[in-house]
This record gives sequence, C-alpha cells and structure tokens, in this order.
Amino acid sequence: MRKLINIEVNGKAREVAVDVRASLLEVLRGELELTGSKKGCGVGECGACTVLMDGVAVNSCISLAVWADGRKVTTIEGVSPEPGKLSDVQQSFVDSGAVQCGFCTPGLVMAATALLGEQPSPSREEIRRGLSGNLCRCTGYSTIIDAVENVAKTRGQA
Amino acid sequence: MSNKVIGTSVPRWDAWSKVCGKADYTADIPVKNMLYGKIVRATIAHGRVLSLDTQAALAVPGVLKVLTPADLPRVKHATAGHPYTLDRSGDVYDKNILTEDVRLYGDEIAAVIAETQLAADIAAQKITAVYEEYPIYLTAQEAMTEGAREIHEGTKGNILADTTAKVGNVEEGFALADYVFEDEHRTQVVQHCHMENQTATAFQSADGRWTCISSTQIPHICRRILGEALDMPWSSFRVIKPFIGGGFGNKQDVTIEPLVVAMSIAMGGRPVRLELEREEVLAYTRVRHAIHYRSKVGVSKDGKITAWQVDAVSKTGGYASHGHSVAAKGGGILCTLYEIPHMSFRSRTVLTNTGNAGAMRGYGVPQITFAIEAMTDKICKELQLDPFEFRLANFKKEGAPHPLNGIPMVTNKVADCLTLGRQRFGWDAKMADSGAKGGSVRRGVGVAAFSYATGVYPYSLEIAGCRLTLNQDGTVKMLVGATEIGQGIDTGLAQIAAETLGIPAEMVYAEETTDTDIAPFDTGAYASRQIYVTGVAVAKAAEELKDKICRAAGKFYEIPHSAADVEDAFVINSVTGERVASLGDLALRTYYDKARAQTLTAEVSHNCHDNSYPMGVTFAEVDVDTQTGVVTVRSILNAHDSGVIINPLLAKGQVEGGMGMAISYALGEDLFYDPKTGEPLNNNLLDYKMPTCMDTPELDCMFVEPEDPFGPFGAKGLGEPPICSPAAAIRNAVCHALGFEINALPLTPGKVFAAIQNNRGGGADV
Repeated sequence: MRKLINIEVNGKAREVAVDVRASLLEVLRGELELTGSKKGCGVGECGACTVLMDGVAVNSCISLAVWADGRKVTTIEGVSPEPGKLSDVQQSFVDSGAVQCGFCTPGLVMAATALLGEQPSPSREEIRRGLSGNLCRCTGYSTIIDAVENVAKTRGQA
Repeated sequence: MSNKVIGTSVPRWDAWSKVCGKADYTADIPVKNMLYGKIVRATIAHGRVLSLDTQAALAVPGVLKVLTPADLPRVKHATAGHPYTLDRSGDVYDKNILTEDVRLYGDEIAAVIAETQLAADIAAQKITAVYEEYPIYLTAQEAMTEGAREIHEGTKGNILADTTAKVGNVEEGFALADYVFEDEHRTQVVQHCHMENQTATAFQSADGRWTCISSTQIPHICRRILGEALDMPWSSFRVIKPFIGGGFGNKQDVTIEPLVVAMSIAMGGRPVRLELEREEVLAYTRVRHAIHYRSKVGVSKDGKITAWQVDAVSKTGGYASHGHSVAAKGGGILCTLYEIPHMSFRSRTVLTNTGNAGAMRGYGVPQITFAIEAMTDKICKELQLDPFEFRLANFKKEGAPHPLNGIPMVTNKVADCLTLGRQRFGWDAKMADSGAKGGSVRRGVGVAAFSYATGVYPYSLEIAGCRLTLNQDGTVKMLVGATEIGQGIDTGLAQIAAETLGIPAEMVYAEETTDTDIAPFDTGAYASRQIYVTGVAVAKAAEELKDKICRAAGKFYEIPHSAADVEDAFVINSVTGERVASLGDLALRTYYDKARAQTLTAEVSHNCHDNSYPMGVTFAEVDVDTQTGVVTVRSILNAHDSGVIINPLLAKGQVEGGMGMAISYALGEDLFYDPKTGEPLNNNLLDYKMPTCMDTPELDCMFVEPEDPFGPFGAKGLGEPPICSPAAAIRNAVCHALGFEINALPLTPGKVFAAIQNNRGGGADV
C-alpha cells in the first residue's frame, strides 16, 4: 500500500508516494536520491542514518517514512549554510581529523549538530553521551570529540 | 631540498566530500534497471543439503530466479586476498560460490534474485532445505579429536596447516636456562565491524565483459579471483572500488563478488546488487582467529632469554581463507621483538564449524603479542626483574637480521619507544599511585611491546604501480592501484608525489575509485604495505615526471635541462635559484605548443624487495572494581616507531583507531556460537559489544621517527601496528592491579569477577 506524504526536506517541500512499510532512510536514499545518509545496520544500532526530524536527531532506518508526514527533515545534504560552504560542525570534522572512511560521518555530523543545538558548551563527557548512539570503527572517537568540542569553543568565543 | 609537504598534516582530500554526504560508496551509485540479490544460508553448522524447496520462493511476486549450486561452475576458488603465486601454491582452493556441503552455520546454499530487495528477502526466507547432519566441532580441540569427520575431505585431523619455525635448537636453549616458565593464553573470536557492510553491484558492460563495483580492499586481486571462481578469463572482469566504509582486512577476502557477478550472468547481464546485512557481516564474512598458545620460556640468571617455545592452535572456521598464514606469522613476530637464541614456534591451524576466520587488522599479531607479553610479565614478576630493564636487555637490537628471513632490521627504535613512552606516560608516578584505591577499586599499570612488518616480502610478491599525468595547468593527476579504505593513503601518497615534484600537496589530485581497467596494477590494502610499497612507486613516478618536466623546460625556455628544477610549482634555475616559469606555463606548452607539444606522463611499476619493521609499545593504567569485575582504562599511550611520519594528523587517526579497536578486544568483544547448533548468538551491534564513545577512554600516542632507508622519505607501515599491543598492556595492568594472572581475553566483568572469586585465570577451549 502506498501513501502520499508531504515532507519538508532540507527546506524544500516534497510530496512523495511511499510504501507504508518503507523506512524514512529508504525513502531518502531511494525516492529522494539523498544518499548521504548511510545504512550500517538497518535496525537503529549504529546511527549512520541519523537525520534531524523537527530538529531532533533520529535514526531514519527505524523511523517509518509516513511518520515524517507534515514534518521537517534535515539530512547531511541540508546542513551547509549555502552551496559550496560547510557548516561549522562539518568544517570542524575536517580540521580535527575526525573523518576517516567517512561512512559514519554524515550521521555523526547530524548528531553533533543536534547536540550542540541542545547543549551549546558540552563537556567532553557530555559530548560522549550525546554521540553514544553513533558508532565509528576508524577513529577511536577521540578526534570526533575534539571536533565537537572545537565547535563549542569557537561558538562560545563568537 | 628540505621537506615541505612530508611531515605536515595536509587535510585529507576527501574529507569535505564525506562531511557533505557527497562521497559515493557502492550502494550510493545509481544503476539503471537494478535487480537485488539475497543469499540463502544454511541453518545447520555441518552437513549436506539433500534437497532444496524453492517453489514458495519463486511464487513471491517480483522474484525472478533462484540460483543453486547446480547453476554455478563447480570449480573451487580461494577467497583470501593474497598475491597470486604462479604455481598456485599460496592458497587453499576450497570454496564454491554456493555449496551443498555445509561447513558452518550460515554457509551459502542458494541465492534469490528479485526486482526489489524486499521480495528477495521474503523469498529467501521461504526456501527450505532437507539436510543430512554431521557432528559439529566448535573448538579446535573437538575438530582435532581422533575420528572427527573431515570438514573438508582430505584435510586429516581437520588440521589445515601445521608448521614450525625454528631458530637454533630450543632444547639446547632450555639446557642453558636457569629458570623455565610455562603458561597458556587464549584469545577470542572478534569481528572487524567496518561501518559499511559488504556491498557489490555487477552488470554486463557495453563491451560484453562484466563490471563489478565493490567495496573491496583488493580490486586487482578480486578481478583474478572472479576469474578463478567463475572459470572465465581474468580479463572478462572489471572491478571498480569506489569510496569504502572501512575494511580492516575483512574486505581483503573475496566474499560476495563471484556470486553477484554470477547473478548478473544468470539474468543476461542485467545489473544485480548484493548488499549484506549487518547480521550477515558479523557472522558470515570473516572474523579474527581465536588462538590458544602454550608457551615455555627459558631465562638465565642474568635475565637473558635463552629459549622460547610456542605451540599455537588456531581456530579458522569452515574454510581456509587466510587461516594457514595468520597463526604462523607469530613466529616471525616473537623472534624480531626479542633476541631469542633458540626458538621453536609451532602453529596448527584447525578447521571448525564456526565463523570463517580471515585477515583482520594485525593478522595474528594482537594474539601472539598477548601471549608473548603476558609471559614477559610473568617472568619479570616471578624473578622480580624490572619490566623495563628486562625488555631493554632482551629486545632485538637495531640492525640485526630477521632470524627467519635474514633481512636486516635496519631501523628498530622499540627501546626508544619504551624509554620515551615511559616518561610521557608518567609510568613511575602511576606505578607509585597503583594499588588499593579505597572501596573495592584496585589500580594497576601495564606495559607491552610489539614487533611488526611492512608488507609481505620476502614471503609473497610485493608490487605496486603509479601513473602521474601533468595537467594543462601544472597540477598532477595521480592514479594508483593502491586502495583508499579510509586510512588516508591517497592523501599520504599525494604528499609523496608533491614533495618529490616540488609542488604543494593540493596540486596533486588523487582518485577515489580504483578501477582495474584504468589503475596501474597493485595488490591493494593489507599488511600495512601501501605507504611503503606504493609510496616508492609514487616517488619513482614523480622523479620520472620531474625529469621530463626539466627536459621540457630545456626545450621551451632558455635554460639547460640539467640546470632546471621545480620548486613551489615554479620551474627554477637550480644554479642561480631564479624562477624561470610557472609549472602551469610549462604544462600548457606541453599540450598546445604547435611544433613541440608532447604531454608528460610517468608510469612506474615497482617490485619491492625490502622489508622494514614497525615497532612499538603500549602503556596502560586501569582501575579494577573487585566487587563487579569492571575494568576501566584510566590512561593509555601507544608509542610507535613507524619511521618518518608522512602526515601527523592522519597517523594519529590510525593509531587512535587501532587503540580503540584494541581496547574493546581486551575488554569486551566476543562473538558467541550456540554450543549445540553452532548458530551465532550475538551477530548484531546491540549484543556484540563494539565500543561506543562512552566505552572508549582518552587516547594518547607518540612517534619515534627514525629515517628508514627503504621506505619513501623514511616511512614504515602504520595501519596495523596500533592494534598489536594494547590488549597485552591492559591485561598486564589488570594483573598488576589484582596481583594474579588472567590469561584469556576478553577481560569482561564476568570473567574478571569469576577470576577474583577463584583467584585464577583460564577460559574455554578455542
């Protein structure tokens, strides 16, 4: 069964006919061709599919697409302030060496963006807690925590 | 010329595309008219498929075909991503793409092709098999038992390999010893957990050949194995590796590519994608070998090792994969870490009905380092020797030849790693601070050293290629057959090219895809080899291109070519130091000068006949809660000699990533199988304890940087070394805190608590 849903994706209103069984991740990656969000497990364990729904970080792989009807969804493709520019979180991931294979990166950037929205100056321990739903196997997390901490410091000085 | 690019933290060129979600991995690449595959897996661990009922599956709407072993070539292939050997002696050819002979739970017995992934998944569940069941052997001991059924016909006692590496005469060595120590150590099964599951897409190309886009670490080797598995000419295949979401050795095995190409062939060339689920990756791709070591060490009164004997039994699972070479690697590690006049290192690799073990970061070295450094710790404790003095007195000396292959270990700064690391870690203060910390907490410190190698020479082929092209504006396009899998090799290689050419790193364009039709031949990402082997190919190609640039300068400008050089992207007169022209100006003339244009490229294939030995030490401080058995790593430092560090930020990333993986190897990760059925029990990321950032402590690392004479700009391998010694150091710290030994990994709260209760170590048979 298919259902017509209306989602605002990265600031743009979209009308999509979705299989009611489809996850938000499947619709983002499939119908909407937004492949930046990754599938690492499909069952909400790894966080590689993290997107913001009305500003809140969710695992899009275990969110039904129909739940996003009438809501605002931000994906990794939508966090840049303008085309060709990186958000401060994205830039900090680059500068801090927080990117290796990059498969977890979109989810972590989204989770970090949400975390810093809720807690502007988190401690390293709070950053660890805030990102604990996102698995990374390459970095040992150290540079990722640095990246988020550096954004908080820079924003604090601004 | 002084280094301008080497040793600087050039940002990895692909980081921006990864933070934007622009980097395309295999599953992100759109392909027209795609079909979807699903593997049907055995629900027993050992037996034979007598019949398959595919009717219900074929009735699922959208299902197009079910493949069974009868539909595929009967030729067997070897899945290990080793370099080929001309006599085919290097690997064990024991795998059919699909099989009736079930050797582990989840073995691949059929495959569904459908119009949607959902239809394929549903159909796969509807296929039922009738089996003849055999006894299952989940441990090496069980599989080696007299009368046990051969898991592969002809493999006597289920022993895949039984080799002994010897130095001197170990019995003579024990006769020289004043003290002899013996113990046993056991390690567990763990999994790579790269974040991107294995994914491949295959289709027939316009030229009638078969393209396979795959998340492989070894595109060129994958192409050869496709030929072997499908019994077709190797050139029938084109393997393309896009961005990869990690591999850690698991993608150094060819696990899904032959099947997905067979699916496309079965569908007349229509594209088919096969994307494994996390549960399949954890249980049915490859895992790390569980190894059981029995060690015996002789030591003289003056604290010198006289003899070291090891008997290793390694559990390799249902197929050979890399099994025969992983456990045996330990012998070379042992006798290059310490000066051991008399050594005997026996390793038996045993087939079992468990997950197939293969290559995993460190390739048997985290295991043997655990056994070696637990023994070293035991010797120091029992003889009341200082663990630093004992190690310094027994370390293999710099410049000494490798006892098994004769190659001199020209640079070996393990002693510096130990002494400088001791200072940075604050060992002495931490040692003074150890002991009971109030309540139920006890604090301890531990140290462990390791030895490694770079690449596989002299045991296997070491070959790498690079092609450089001077673009119209003076930038350079670099193509290599080496494989970027997240480690940052492309950026490091671009730095080598830039340094050699005399241009900034951002003027060298790397390439995220490795395409076997286009990229020069290179065996790929494994054995921490690429910076060392491919790096030399890149340096040689850059030297050749620079020579061509200087010759062209002699043609286009008023300068003898012998005086021309390139600096900061300008052609200069090396005698006067004057700038002659920008490299861009010269490049444009090489393309468009009507009379004399001739574009400049350089291509090099480098056959490496060297090896250099990365070394290092881990220091760990832990708290052990004796009421719960919980171990907390308070601080940890890895000190590495990997030669000159090409890119400090990327190197730090490699080390910290390896440390993170190693800490959970020490403390938590363990893949379990049902003792009755052999079914994997925790093959998901909820029950398999891959660490989150809350489980990973702050990490520290440092580098001692001798200039190695063989590696490019003095570099040695770094990818795998960081994972080799942390588990041993953590174990030694835990034992220090508790005052008794635990000799099996992982040190989970349950195991530590039980050991506290029993005041002894131990573990289950591997």
